[in-house]
Amino acid sequence: MNEVLSTDVAIIGAGPIGLFAVFELGLLDIRCHLIDILPKAGGQCAELYPEKPIYDIPGFPVISGQELVDNLMKQIHPFGPKFHLGEMVERMEVLGMPEQPLFRIGTDNGKTIEAKSVFIAAGGGSFQPKRPPIPGLDAYENKSVFYSVRKMDHFKGRRVVIVGGGDSALDWALNLHPVADRITLVHRRDAFRAAPHSVNAMRELVNSGDMEFVLGQVTAVKGEGGQLSALTIRRENGEHYDHPCDDMMPFFGLTMKLGPIAGWGINLHENLVPVDTAKFETSVPGIFAVGDINTYPGKLKLILSGFHEATLAAQRAHRYVYPDKKLTFQYTTSSTSLQRKLGVS
Amino acid sequence: MTKVTYIDASGQSRTVDAQVGSTVMETALRNSIPGIEAECGGACACATCHVYVAPEWTEATGKASQMEEDMLDFAFEVRPNSRLSCQIKVSEALDGLIVTTPAKQG
Repeated sequence: MNEVLSTDVAIIGAGPIGLFAVFELGLLDIRCHLIDILPKAGGQCAELYPEKPIYDIPGFPVISGQELVDNLMKQIHPFGPKFHLGEMVERMEVLGMPEQPLFRIGTDNGKTIEAKSVFIAAGGGSFQPKRPPIPGLDAYENKSVFYSVRKMDHFKGRRVVIVGGGDSALDWALNLHPVADRITLVHRRDAFRAAPHSVNAMRELVNSGDMEFVLGQVTAVKGEGGQLSALTIRRENGEHYDHPCDDMMPFFGLTMKLGPIAGWGINLHENLVPVDTAKFETSVPGIFAVGDINTYPGKLKLILSGFHEATLAAQRAHRYVYPDKKLTFQYTTSSTSLQRKLGVS
Repeated sequence: MTKVTYIDASGQSRTVDAQVGSTVMETALRNSIPGIEAECGGACACATCHVYVAPEWTEATGKASQMEEDMLDFAFEVRPNSRLSCQIKVSEALDGLIVTTPAKQG
């Protein structure tokens, strides 16, 4: 694949902020390509908490991660963004002059994309689940140790141990309970940082004997050829025992890996990209950073803040895409020109 | 000057000067102590600055707060003397503090 794709703005990261950037850029006649390491759009909203309710999106008293993504996809549909999913941006070269730069992006899938401006909307970077430091665990990963559920069917009739005390652990303990032969929840303490109704539902199942709860920590895995046969669990009193099982799902949260961004010549501060709060531009003119990946005084990692950042960055990006055109601010409620772009006029 | 000693999982010990009022995590980063990642920058939101407080110091450092206990759920090999080092403030009373870093943070 040696073909060079050309667009106005390349957006790295197709999470909620990258998606909304397409909308704000689209209103300004700016075309976008989005690149994301996940196989689907939506970022963490779609991958990590698709079913979780979000309560702080303006105008939506409650909306799930997936609903928000679906709505955003609908909202940007008129602008026909091009998605490159399941691909990671590995390289970025800055060509041209600072006042009119050109960026050449290379993905790990061999694609080359040239753009007049780049939006980094990469959230926490390419995020990965934390892997417990249990010796030999990697031999079982994706065979009988899983960090997410891809196929519910896999767990049918299996003895599943879920480790952790947060929402993911409890959600999956409850969701897999009707499917699995037996669910055992292992947590280091008898307190859970999870939605109260999940905790109550779990406790009811434990009280009725339909689910097992073990106070302790997993210290070793046993099995053969990637198939677990038992976990060694250290109980709170320090004694160890072997717990027979077929599958284990550890939920210790995620760790952020910034990935290749560090090598692109952009100033970084503690794995974040510093930007100004007027245009959300990085130290490299023409490259913007929006959403969780950026930092500035008072920064809050909220989806709604990212929406604002993308909106202001889009105004500035117009200058790189259309250096000779004057930008006139318009409202979608009254501008027939904007309404035509949205296909509603 | 207040001293803090960090012992890594292999047993290597590093003693550094710590500023009163700074945290044990910040002191570690400032002195390039390996084994403390502090991804979230001290917001008690990531559990990657997990340390074990030496038994003789657990009383002086005190207990983890509720929020810190919640975050410790995302750390590995949690023990009764586990703390998040971003939540331990250096004071004169902690001069000579010894903490051990775990084999893996995240």
